[in-house]
Amino acid sequence: MKTVEEIKAAIETAVPGAAVEIVLNPSPSGQHALRLAPGNAVEVAKFLRDDAELALDFLSNLTGVDWPDREVTEKVKVARTVTKTVDGVEQLVEEPVEETRKHIEPGCLEVVYHLFSIAKKHGPVVLRMRTINRTDQVELPSLTPIWRSAELQEREVFDLYGIVFTGHPDLRRLLMWEGFKDHPMRRDYVDPDDFEYEPTPHDAVLARAAAHKAAQVSAGQEGTGAAG
Amino acid sequence: MSSSTLNAEKREGWNRPPIMEPDGEAELLEVAMGPHHPSTHGVFRMDLALDGERVIRLKPVFGYLHRNHEKIAEGVSYLASMPYTDRLDYICSLTNNWAYALAVEKLTGQEVPERAEYIRVILAELTRIQNHASAIGFLIQEMGASGTPLMYAFKEREKILDLFESLTGSRMMCNYMRFGGCRVDVSAAWLDDARKVVAGLPSFIDEFENLLSGNEILMARCQGVGILRPDLAVNAGITGPMLRGSGVNYDLRKVDHYGIYDRFKFRVPLGDHGDVYDRYMVRILEMRESVTILNQALKEIPGGPVMDPKAKIRGFRPKPGEAYGRIEAPKGELGFYLISDGGPNPYRYRVRPPSLINLTVLEDMCLGSNVADVVLIFGSVDIVLGEVDR
Repeated sequence: MKTVEEIKAAIETAVPGAAVEIVLNPSPSGQHALRLAPGNAVEVAKFLRDDAELALDFLSNLTGVDWPDREVTEKVKVARTVTKTVDGVEQLVEEPVEETRKHIEPGCLEVVYHLFSIAKKHGPVVLRMRTINRTDQVELPSLTPIWRSAELQEREVFDLYGIVFTGHPDLRRLLMWEGFKDHPMRRDYVDPDDFEYEPTPHDAVLARAAAHKAAQVSAGQEGTGAAG
Repeated sequence: MSSSTLNAEKREGWNRPPIMEPDGEAELLEVAMGPHHPSTHGVFRMDLALDGERVIRLKPVFGYLHRNHEKIAEGVSYLASMPYTDRLDYICSLTNNWAYALAVEKLTGQEVPERAEYIRVILAELTRIQNHASAIGFLIQEMGASGTPLMYAFKEREKILDLFESLTGSRMMCNYMRFGGCRVDVSAAWLDDARKVVAGLPSFIDEFENLLSGNEILMARCQGVGILRPDLAVNAGITGPMLRGSGVNYDLRKVDHYGIYDRFKFRVPLGDHGDVYDRYMVRILEMRESVTILNQALKEIPGGPVMDPKAKIRGFRPKPGEAYGRIEAPKGELGFYLISDGGPNPYRYRVRPPSLINLTVLEDMCLGSNVADVVLIFGSVDIVLGEVDR
């Protein structure tokens, strides 16, 4: 079995222009991943499947991961000019000051693939692909034409995460019903507040139901919420 | 358009329209089979387009039992998901436990004591036998032999479930394995009971086979029906007895040697034709191989602890990282993929469900066959909806 570095080199020689990045996994499992650029992912996947030595003919697992925007706090040293009294004279002095800066690291949606070889009996090779953002640029190429086992799993990721797989033969929701609007596996998903049934209604549920009812009455409509 | 040309075209083409949209094929009969059809093992729907008795299109419809197991598991601690894994494939709770425990052990690098490894193998193989016995029982039931053959299978399954009950306190929702071992130790009396049950299994399988394997009706109904080509099976990610029924030698017990499976001598049965009969036969032969594994494991089981006493149960927080662990569950490759961010809950928790992925090729196997055979082919996949829909 080749290491991730060797697989990366093999991909880059076989598919010109393929950008592959190694994602190290610090856990004892040692399952390091390769991040592909979505642009030529289909050619890379075809190479991984058809290459005689790798022969990754079996896409076992395909799933999504949501990485929401996160606020990163870091401390930076900045040089700042301050007025200071040195030897009885006021002077402008450059002084290093520690400053706390916050910035938003933009989030994305990620798809993770676990590949094995049935012919060579090795694996896993872990691939990852990221969307540009979580809102409007969520397209990734479908690998169903390469490995048919992606067919239902990509539908599930589309359903629960909202990643659109271009080139999928039949991209519909798999588990949630048609007409459902949201993507429940996203980390910022909010449960609808109009649950019709709760086996043991407790205070929080009853309060939420009352608030929902009041909002409905004031809006003069019915059937809002995620199911809308 | 004649049905045969239509059929060939649909086989080739990927872009099949959704079944319920009118597409000008007025002579086709569209049938929604399920979700409460008795042959669907729960709540599963197949939308069929029929030309007389022949199946022209088949669209599986999922989600009737969906409760977003993965989302629930991401909101609770690692251990709190263990009892919930019982409810995935509720026929085989112990193998579900093992797959989850294995994935977490890969994530943290925990070692499992030897005695616990033996107990896991014993319980997993007992689970495999009772799963295959009831899968075959249901398959025969779907062939029209209502009740009686299923009860033969259930008679033996009862004995195995009694063993589970006396060990774990529950017949089906066992919740027995823990990260780094097992919940309680087995007693010497339990092992004796298990040996007795295992000693009775070969005669049960012989009896079952005498009644079924050479049965004219079973052969007529199963042979040459629902053929799955090995190249399609590999490409579509089919695993378990279905894959081996198509003649592909891939058993994770032999490939990954997870646990201590490299210590046991057993063979991997393979089919020749990839039809329903081969899938049936692979299951029968796998039961026999499981009995040989059980005999070896029950003979060699050592003493010692079943859990590292220093293993952390409360305040369990794996270091950041991720792991994919998989086992050969009775229905195929059951995998768990976990991402830890260092917190008490998994950041990402994914179940790789063999039952769902084995249904990818349901349409390919059913095209051109009769409606009555669809029931049979579907039964030979052996699914549990708790795992399909999660």
